[in-house]
Amino acid sequence: MKIRGTQAILECLLEQGVDTIFGYPGGTILNVYDELYHYRDRLRHILTAHEQGASHAADGYARSTGKVGVCFATSGPGATNLTTGIATAHLDSSPVVFITCNVGESLLGKDSFQEVDITGIAMPITKAAFLVRDASEIPSVMRQAFAIAASGRPGPVLVDFLKNVTAPDQLVDYTPVPAERQADALDDIRALRSRMAVPAPKETKIEGLLDLIRKAERPLLLCGGGVVRGRAHREFLTFAERLDAPVAITVMGGGGIAGDHPLVTGMIGMHGSRASNTACDECDLLIAVGCRFSDRVATDPSSFASQAQIVQIDIDRSEFDKNVLTDLHITGDAKEVLAVLNAQLEPQHHDAWKEQILSLLPAPEVLPKDGPLTPGQVMEVIDQNAPEGTIFATDVGQHQMWAIQSVHFRYPGQLLTSGGFGTMGFGLGAAIGAQAGNPGKRVLHLTGDGCFRMNCNELATVEHYGFPIISVVFNNGTLGMVRQWQNLIYGKRFSETTLDRGPDFVKLAEAYGLRGWRVQSREEMEQAFQQALDCGAGAVIDCVLDIDEMVRPMVAAGTPVTKFLLN
Amino acid sequence: MKKEFDTRRRHYTLCILVQDIPGVLSQVARLFSRKGYNIESIVTGATDRPGITRLSIELIGDEQMITQIAAQCRKLLPVQAVKVLDAERSVRREIALVKIRTRDRDAREGAIQIANIFKAKIIDICRDSLTISVFGEPVKNAALIDTLADFEILEIAKGGTIAMERGPGTIYQELED
Repeated sequence: MKIRGTQAILECLLEQGVDTIFGYPGGTILNVYDELYHYRDRLRHILTAHEQGASHAADGYARSTGKVGVCFATSGPGATNLTTGIATAHLDSSPVVFITCNVGESLLGKDSFQEVDITGIAMPITKAAFLVRDASEIPSVMRQAFAIAASGRPGPVLVDFLKNVTAPDQLVDYTPVPAERQADALDDIRALRSRMAVPAPKETKIEGLLDLIRKAERPLLLCGGGVVRGRAHREFLTFAERLDAPVAITVMGGGGIAGDHPLVTGMIGMHGSRASNTACDECDLLIAVGCRFSDRVATDPSSFASQAQIVQIDIDRSEFDKNVLTDLHITGDAKEVLAVLNAQLEPQHHDAWKEQILSLLPAPEVLPKDGPLTPGQVMEVIDQNAPEGTIFATDVGQHQMWAIQSVHFRYPGQLLTSGGFGTMGFGLGAAIGAQAGNPGKRVLHLTGDGCFRMNCNELATVEHYGFPIISVVFNNGTLGMVRQWQNLIYGKRFSETTLDRGPDFVKLAEAYGLRGWRVQSREEMEQAFQQALDCGAGAVIDCVLDIDEMVRPMVAAGTPVTKFLLN
Repeated sequence: MKKEFDTRRRHYTLCILVQDIPGVLSQVARLFSRKGYNIESIVTGATDRPGITRLSIELIGDEQMITQIAAQCRKLLPVQAVKVLDAERSVRREIALVKIRTRDRDAREGAIQIANIFKAKIIDICRDSLTISVFGEPVKNAALIDTLADFEILEIAKGGTIAMERGPGTIYQELED
């Protein structure tokens, strides 16, 4: 069947089960948007305020639903505005297909208006970047893009179409093939799938690990982002209980196991709990699942888990021996490897070791109900009042750490945070994507005043689409995390971190047609939060906090995880 | 047991089979710049398999660095196979053209003698210059060039190192891996 190239692009999206696209039109992508007009009953397009917002929204959609996110942008600045979003998705292994259009063949390479080599720019931050110069390639490239984004270790893929390829007179051969049948029916997809296939875990390696587990007296289990991305939470829980060991969680691992499970010792690393970091230092076996030992986890690789045999289970073999040297590594999908382990592992018992580590967990803190508002009170109000299953999208910095330290995430996709790239301004876009993909769930956007100021333009999107997203701004009038480093490490020289300026976030919310509250006490916070939940629309709560609040504990970069700079 | 990496900095040749598609060379090369490693030489050329190009990249580094970069290379979709070769396990060859100034007949004859000892060829000659072509092991080529330094070297062009594993093993065995 011959159809227009632009039809083929959109038909290929429908094949993959796509129903939502985030994007922003422009000159070179006009043909695709013109086609989208005909598909508007089947493909919902969310128009953001800025391409960056669209990129984070597609990412948040992917992280929260487990499906591949889709984002459209035009050439030149439209495309470069995506790059922060692409890199964010890349570092956190989030599957997103980014579709851009470029100038036509006759203008290519001539520094034409809004021309940029986006495939070249995106090369180091994508799993693959395609430049499509011939309409006949459209179905194959589109299907490959989805296969690449979702298979193995997930990640972003960019497809850049030349404008002439999208011209209405460009007809292509197209036969619909459902996504699940493409690997059988299409040679190119079959070859690609086999190239990217994740091997079954090797039996010798499994036996090796079981042997280490049976000999271990002080095992520690580490829940990384791979547990979340691979939706391996059930297998992980069984394994953790079978292993009967403390479980530490990385930032990306939030939601991989319920945060209030009795074995959980909380976050590990730079702002990790004393229990997690001490366990890491004292364990004799460390089993890391889907974790790449970033510098925020293994702050000092040479002393990291120095008494332990280190075992790494990862889908990406290039992660082995990259940051931390391992004694044993198993290549495979976390879900599959853990299932194989669970089938063979008999229950272990480590009561004394568990007691030793779990006793380091602080007793639940009783916060005062009065006095000036504190971050702890804000989190307490949210934790006590947010409906079960609420999705949390955060930005980056102190509020991100407070949120991850205090909320007990229970399922994969409940926490949306830029752990790898540390993208300030990620949260609101991600919240929009999550709300679009999870209309029945409550989505909260936790942010700081610095982050919020970066991409608060997306409040327009929140309002227009009626997304009941509540942005809670931890407003301490500073770039809090940077100030914290300046406070502790840079002799209190607060170079360019004080944000003593507008806007008035309440008025800003109102300018966008949303409700806004400013709160300075726990009581005000509680009232505002309840009203925001009840109002059924987007809202902003501006929480006024002291400028010198700090994230505790803290380990300085490059030092051992037990050398706490702050307790 | 944690892997013990050889921490000595040595010459390695990374042999990479790639699909012959646009942009593949820059895709591979950028891995090196990203990690801050200098490429000593890079050679690309056809193979006995249609559509498959072989890249030979010569670099100096330690084993952990080479292992990591090989792992990163394997992740690139157009990359079909990667083999790390060191000097002991492989035969390595490099081509070089050296142009020198020869002011008189004695100089010319001296240069020709040296070239003969190194089994190099004179491929261009005129009254005051001489161009020598040599194909051999990189260390021997270096020795030749060092010896020729007595003359005035006008220009050197090197083709980069290509390498192949000793014995019957081939890089194609990596394809099945």
